[in-house]
Amino acid sequence: MPEIKVTPLGAGQDVGRSCILVSIGGKNIMLDCGMHMGYNDDRRFPDFSYITQNGRLTDFLDCVIISHFHLDHCGALPFMSEMVGYDGPIYMTHPTKAICPILLEDFRKITVDKKGETNFFTSQMIKDCMKKVVPLNLHQTVQVDDELEIKAYYAGHVLGAAMVHIKVGSESVVYTGDYNMTPDRHLGAAWIDKCRPDILISESTYATTIRDSKRCRERDFLKKVHESIERGGKVLIPVFALGRAQELCILLETFWERMNLKAPIYFSTGLTEKANHYYKLFITWTNQKIRKTFVQRNMFEFKHIKAFDRSYADNPGPMVVFATPGMLHAGQSLQIFKKWAGNEKNMVIMPGYCVQGTIGHKILNGQRKLEMEGRSTLDVKLQVEYMSFSAHADAKGIMQLIRMAEPRNMLLVHGEAVKMEFLKGKIEQEFSIDCYMPANGETVTVTTNPSVPVDISLNLLKREMALGGPLPDPKKPRTMHGTLIMKENSLKLVSSEQALKELGLNEHQLRFTCRVQLQDPHSDTDTLHRIYTHLKSVLKGYTIQHLPDGTVMVESIVIKVSSSTEDPNTKVLLLSWSYQDEDLGSFLSTLLKKGLPSGLC
Amino acid sequence: MAAHLKKRVYEEFSKVVQIPHEEAPAKKLRLSKPSKSAALHIDLCKATNSTDALQYLLHFARKPVETESVEGVVRILLEHYYKETDNSVRLKIASLLGLLSKTQGFSPDCIVDDAINTLGNEKSHQVLAQLMDTLLVIGTQLPESPAVRQRLIEVACKHLSDTYFGVRNKCLQLLGCLGMVDTPLTKDNEGLGISLGGVRDVQSIISDYFGDQDPRVRTAALKAMLQLHERGMKIHEIIYDQACRLLSDDYEQVRSAAVQMVWVLSHLYPESIVPIPSSNEEIRLVDDAFGKISHMVSDGSWMVRVQAAKTLGSMLQVSPQFLEQTLDKKLMSDLRRKRTAHERAKELFTSGEFSSGRKWADDAPKEKLDTNTVNLIASGACGAFVHGLEDEMFEVRIAAVEALCQLARSSASFAEKCLDFLVDMFNDEIEEVRLQSIHVLREISTHITLREDQLDTVLAVLEDSSRDIREALHELICYTNVSTKECVQLALLELLKNLNKYPTDRNSVWKCLKFMGSRHPTLVLPLVPELLSTHPYFDTPEPDMDDPAYIAVLVLVFNAAKSCPTMPALFSDHTFRHYSYLRDSLSHLVPPLRLPGNGLDLVDSRCGLGSVESAQLFLQQSLNRVSTIQNLEAPGAQDLLDFTIRDLRRLGELQTELAGAADFCATYLRCQLLLMKALQDKLWNMAVPLCLKQNVTATAAAQQILEETYKLEFLYSGLDSRQVATIHHVRLQAKALQLILTARTRQGLDSLISSCEKFLQDIESFQRLFLTELPHLQDSFVDKLLELMPRLSSCKPVELVKILQTTLRQSGLLQLRLPEQIHRATATIIEPTGESDNPLRFTTGLVVALDIDATLEHVQDPQNNVKVQVLYPDGQSHVIHPKPGDFRKPGPDRHRLITQVYLSHTAWTEPSQIEVRLLLAYSSSSTSLSSPSKLGWSDSIDSLPTPETAVEGTIPFSKPVKVYIMPKPARR
Repeated sequence: MPEIKVTPLGAGQDVGRSCILVSIGGKNIMLDCGMHMGYNDDRRFPDFSYITQNGRLTDFLDCVIISHFHLDHCGALPFMSEMVGYDGPIYMTHPTKAICPILLEDFRKITVDKKGETNFFTSQMIKDCMKKVVPLNLHQTVQVDDELEIKAYYAGHVLGAAMVHIKVGSESVVYTGDYNMTPDRHLGAAWIDKCRPDILISESTYATTIRDSKRCRERDFLKKVHESIERGGKVLIPVFALGRAQELCILLETFWERMNLKAPIYFSTGLTEKANHYYKLFITWTNQKIRKTFVQRNMFEFKHIKAFDRSYADNPGPMVVFATPGMLHAGQSLQIFKKWAGNEKNMVIMPGYCVQGTIGHKILNGQRKLEMEGRSTLDVKLQVEYMSFSAHADAKGIMQLIRMAEPRNMLLVHGEAVKMEFLKGKIEQEFSIDCYMPANGETVTVTTNPSVPVDISLNLLKREMALGGPLPDPKKPRTMHGTLIMKENSLKLVSSEQALKELGLNEHQLRFTCRVQLQDPHSDTDTLHRIYTHLKSVLKGYTIQHLPDGTVMVESIVIKVSSSTEDPNTKVLLLSWSYQDEDLGSFLSTLLKKGLPSGLC
Repeated sequence: MAAHLKKRVYEEFSKVVQIPHEEAPAKKLRLSKPSKSAALHIDLCKATNSTDALQYLLHFARKPVETESVEGVVRILLEHYYKETDNSVRLKIASLLGLLSKTQGFSPDCIVDDAINTLGNEKSHQVLAQLMDTLLVIGTQLPESPAVRQRLIEVACKHLSDTYFGVRNKCLQLLGCLGMVDTPLTKDNEGLGISLGGVRDVQSIISDYFGDQDPRVRTAALKAMLQLHERGMKIHEIIYDQACRLLSDDYEQVRSAAVQMVWVLSHLYPESIVPIPSSNEEIRLVDDAFGKISHMVSDGSWMVRVQAAKTLGSMLQVSPQFLEQTLDKKLMSDLRRKRTAHERAKELFTSGEFSSGRKWADDAPKEKLDTNTVNLIASGACGAFVHGLEDEMFEVRIAAVEALCQLARSSASFAEKCLDFLVDMFNDEIEEVRLQSIHVLREISTHITLREDQLDTVLAVLEDSSRDIREALHELICYTNVSTKECVQLALLELLKNLNKYPTDRNSVWKCLKFMGSRHPTLVLPLVPELLSTHPYFDTPEPDMDDPAYIAVLVLVFNAAKSCPTMPALFSDHTFRHYSYLRDSLSHLVPPLRLPGNGLDLVDSRCGLGSVESAQLFLQQSLNRVSTIQNLEAPGAQDLLDFTIRDLRRLGELQTELAGAADFCATYLRCQLLLMKALQDKLWNMAVPLCLKQNVTATAAAQQILEETYKLEFLYSGLDSRQVATIHHVRLQAKALQLILTARTRQGLDSLISSCEKFLQDIESFQRLFLTELPHLQDSFVDKLLELMPRLSSCKPVELVKILQTTLRQSGLLQLRLPEQIHRATATIIEPTGESDNPLRFTTGLVVALDIDATLEHVQDPQNNVKVQVLYPDGQSHVIHPKPGDFRKPGPDRHRLITQVYLSHTAWTEPSQIEVRLLLAYSSSSTSLSSPSKLGWSDSIDSLPTPETAVEGTIPFSKPVKVYIMPKPARR
């Protein structure tokens, strides 16, 4: 039986370093090629030696597909393609292709220039790597080679995030990447058609969470910002440059527009500006509202949001500032925080998760006195708010996607083992399908039951149609007679006559004969006649002939009667039929074995 | 193939259109009736190839065919049909047959047999499908012959086994439109090869095709079933299971139709019991259906989602626990139960602490969940609306909001629950959705009392820059109940903020506070000292009376004081003064108060109980008094009319409920008075040349009466035909007067003859229009004229004028019956106010936009009738027709016009004023009395000529507003 094998090199029962190998129909595909944020050593990248010890990956991989531009999904890409060596195609969507190099370059700068690492990929390598990328469009079926085809679906999450449907013959796998089933201010919801893949590989970051309505969170956020502004306070929102930042910008921008507010909003520059430019371009990847209104006004051309300058932080009056990085551990956001922390009118809003040890984490836990470098302490008087904006599907969303795609098997990655365990149980219970959750390096093998396409000759089909009922019913299997010819990798179903002709064989007749003994006191001819009338009464709708040469023909079955030599009362019936009439023949023999009813004349 | 064919047909079609000279002979053809079919025949015979034939047919299809010649045409077409080999031509003929059988007055039963026969040896599937369509048309044209229907149904059943989906579709459609549930069908066994045998009814035949391989056929089957339902047949309950299975079909149009089907069945058998699969429990069918449709709210296709969300709204029989599940979304975080933000808000509210939200783990999960009880895909209605309201497509969100509204109106407890969700929708990104949810909240506001935190969220929207949103919100606040005095204070504060930010909202905010005050008098009472900033010991400075914010506060307080007699004791002296001022200037906002002492007895005498009845009585009495006028001498009668008119006008001012009626009567009486004066002038006894001056006044009077009658007819709503007849009667009198006056001026006989003829026509049309009312008009002018009619129509103009003169002078006043409910259409221009001294400057040759904001009351069909007139000082006037979208309907009989008019003019030397006013356009042909125009099946080029009695004109019905403008010469 054919099999599909899935081996996570990263993201198996873990978050980060997404890299999944899939072997399907003799093709090997790598899904995502990410890095792990938690490590700074070799564990940072997936273990490519699993694929090959030495030599280039090109011989072992047919293609690489990147789902979106987050570094835990594409961070290891230049390392793999340039340093390990891979020359095959890399597939990603247009926005991902545009934004990915910006992030990779930023990542490189931090590791090499700031941390001083050597033996890391260079800017040139990023450029070379990007040259190997083949862009994908949504719902466009791309033929990687003659047999392997891939198709991208919208995934929400971030701009350009895609789910991919990989198909070889009739076997298929869907990989979701990261996705979001609830639309937000700038992106729509993930959507897939009923493609019924053999395996659905889904992320499960929020496997055990069902989230509250998005609107409450948005409303709270806006209300807090608004109140603070009205009080004359300054609001600091530490964000990471891409993704949520844009959503929050749109949220505030539209709110400012609606409420006619005048207070300035600033966005600390950097790579954001470049990225915002791409957001403006890829309007088709955004949600309904932005798509519909961009003709009048592109929502990403912010009217109220301006670039931030260091000196603005000391300006009097209310303002809102978005600053990087998101966890207040360094950089501009920390500088502004230090300036504003002393005034209770000001506010800081943390829109996401903060790692332990960062200032963000400390203030969220209610610490009011912070020790800064140089033994100084900082009194935190400003208000600290937490507001979670996350763009992963929650448990309900995952279930909804499964319902949409109707897979035969489920495979969970990109999540914690304990949480997966729970979701796995739920999936098996609700959908009664198998669910797997392999660890890194562990291989899952799923046997498939692919349908084998066979050409059928039109004549045969028409003949069968004429025989059968009014309409072919696709839901019910039907048996038909024909000859299967396997010739040069192709299968053909033809009628037996044609097969004989094609193969140059003579037709052999195969006949079954059978003797049935019957107790009947009448003469041979009378018995024959009695048999004739009996059959006539039983088999309505068949042609039954009484031939002058002393035989009865039922369709093509011949029945002869002769008296037994020992006992004239025992008649021996000779039945003969060709193998095509097997059904009818065996029916007749059993019927005649029962004897003739006495009431016949 | 079908697309290709269609394309070809269109190509041909466009070719034909480009030959204009073909039109002329077509007209001729139409006039000479018998040649119609012959012409077609010749055309078709001439056609050498199929393309030509198709051209002729296409051309032919664009002309109507007379009822008499239809059959002949059909015969020719059929004859040609049999000869034709080309599929597209046969297809066109088939479709023509269908079109022709729709001709009014033609009974297609004579062609049924022929049409069925053509089916027999047709090979092309497309043509077959078209023929089935034709049969469907024929069948629907013959609702009274069951035999034909039976035959058609049998034919349809036979062709159901066709391999082409189009044919099956049409057959199913035919079964749906014509199938009868009471007469069972014998299914044609040979045709289908399934020996099901025996009697089957239409429903089971149709339901067989629920499992067809083609999704289009499945959809058609569901639609046919729905069609059966629409025709009043009871769908069997067994269909329910099949329909439910189709809910998970691969194709969206099937799912969409299945949702409808399930919905229909849930209405037919709400109380039936259905088992829940994989358990022993059973639930009501309507609950089951509700659960299943709720499930579809998270479908993959947004069309289905819209359909499902819409449908949910009308399932009112569903049990409350299922209904409330739709808003339920159990939150979970790391397998611990989490409270929703709504629950948290509620808790904070009850614990008396306002939302801090300062702690990170504020929403930290509490209790540990049992993993087995968490149901991720809720089987049932779970969270349907939560999903629907968060949907990506705003169409779905709107549908969900509407459904919430419908369900909430029928269930108070559900209304309470969905409140939080609706309030959340105020923050939607699409304005339409926000607006819709505000409207919905208003509609269900009778059920609910807002909590402080909810009110806070609602009021936050007051700062919205969209005027529609703000006004909708004001309307909402008018109807809202709040629970505490803090809420009232909060609302007032926010409204004042709103007023400050958007001064144009003044009226709306005041109105809002009026309702707020009268709704919550006891909550306002403790706030009064603070609101009016009075102090127990010290006198506070008197606030500025012109401050809109202060007026707003006063409006709130005075309205609360109306039902709270202890409140006025808290007022300071200037408050009383301000009250009397506001009572006069803003009487619609400030109610009459019974104020004690202080020498200011402001007790309003007009507001006693039963004042409306007494006013009504007075009105009736005045009219009765007028009816005695016949017995009075001329000067006395005129005085009586004068006084009555004066009384009525005053009554209208005092009693707003009767304003319409009083005004109507007064205007009518004024017409009578004018007529009387004109007739009793001495001029009639004098020689013509001597009384030229009087003649002029009489002519003016006649003209004025005519104008007044148009006002009477079109400005007032709620008239019945009796009053209309009376009005027309006065108009006729005025016309008679005009005629007499023209006769006296002797301007030549020709014009006199023609105006006499016109007058006679008027009488005739009057008689025609008000045939039913004639008995009520006994002894009137018309009555007498009609008696003399034979003589009138034969005599000479001079004689006619004489007769008219005597009848007119003899005829008395026609008694006006008081109409039941009568309203005068009014319009008030709110903006521009006309107070500005700053001229609107613009460059000549360019345009300037002037914002106009007006309220219209009791105007019917304002989109068509209301126009804006701009009068420039040089006498130039422009009439602007506002876009239909500029009219909003805030309440019954009320409209709001918010539009922009563009002004332009050549350069002036100094600023000057233009006048802006609203006009009500009327045309007598648009009244219900004229016959509705009827359109044929083909062209509407030669529509009916407008009736000769049609009069069009405009009535100004708003006070003109002056706007100061200054077109500057363009700078070079």
